[in-house]
Amino acid sequence: MPLRLTRRLAPHPLLTVILVAVWCLLNNSATLGTVVFGTILGVLIPIVTAAYWPDRPPVARPFRLVIYCLIVIYDIIKSNAQVAWQILFKPDSSLQPAWIVIPLDLKKPEAITLLAGSITLTPGTLSADLSADGTALLVHALHAPDPDGVRDDIKSRYERRLKEIFP
Amino acid sequence: MIATALYIAVGTVGLAQVLAMVRLLRGPHVGDRILALDTMVINAIALIILAGMSLGTQMYFESAMIIAMLGFVSTVALCRFVLRGDITE
Amino acid sequence: MTLPLYAEIAVSVLLLIGASFTLAGSLGLLKLSDAMSRLHAPTLSATLGVGSLLLASMVYSFATGMPSLHEMLVMAFLFVTAPITANFIAKVHLHRCRDVEDLPQPPADKIWATRSDT
Repeated sequence: MPLRLTRRLAPHPLLTVILVAVWCLLNNSATLGTVVFGTILGVLIPIVTAAYWPDRPPVARPFRLVIYCLIVIYDIIKSNAQVAWQILFKPDSSLQPAWIVIPLDLKKPEAITLLAGSITLTPGTLSADLSADGTALLVHALHAPDPDGVRDDIKSRYERRLKEIFP
Repeated sequence: MIATALYIAVGTVGLAQVLAMVRLLRGPHVGDRILALDTMVINAIALIILAGMSLGTQMYFESAMIIAMLGFVSTVALCRFVLRGDITE
Repeated sequence: MTLPLYAEIAVSVLLLIGASFTLAGSLGLLKLSDAMSRLHAPTLSATLGVGSLLLASMVYSFATGMPSLHEMLVMAFLFVTAPITANFIAKVHLHRCRDVEDLPQPPADKIWATRSDT
């Protein structure tokens, strides 16, 4: 019984924490008043919207998610420099755009969304579409002389880590 | 030093806004025009942040946030209109 | 108001980096000739361009003694929405060149989701 009660009162604990943090950031202060009002909002909003969002995202290892975010940010900065170099100093005809098909081992929609989002945020690669049965991702690359290498790179760098986070 | 860097940054981002507007006017297809509008929204956010820094107030943050949200919603609405011929389903 | 030298240098360098990446994004939008390749250019301005301008604004606010962190919100919002808008515009391009058959086929003889619904 107590477990069911806590599930009713706090359906998404992580969402509550995020809402309090966002409220404090929006007010740009962390006084007692903003934290208390943010906590009220952070408890009420998940309860009111619980009917539209029945499942919790199944994050098995939250700490690895932080490491994954740091890796993606590092990759964003690195490939930003590469793509800026290609755009500014390479003639247009020497770029070799390519379509790449990435077969997916991930099954969870949250994991596929995270993978597609981090591929798009990294400049130079862009996820364009998902196959109708959800087993392959269509990726466009700005300059890929070796499309298979890009595919293996994405699979070993991002997808392997996401499989550990969302088992 | 910061004042000089701010002037250079405003000039550079303004030039970027003009280049995106050229693509908006030239863009051969509707997808290119939507992309140019999205880039112009991002550049406008950058200009607003620079204006807030040079005037030394925090008031411009809210407008940057609102323009970010409006830009996202309008880009998605335009794309849905092109894809489906209808915005609400 | 005088700021410490390291803060001045940090803010100026971040401002110049952000502005130049924003310009590179728009320049790529104008220069590249292929419609799908053009989609890559604004990612530059959305991630590192606006990102480091916001970082400069945050460092500046801390150096002047009015600390503010709410620039993080704009950055987080842009990072969440940039892939979604890029995906939608890619879908518009795929939809338009429906008859072009240079796309690779997905395995197991299925079709891409954008083309399956008509």
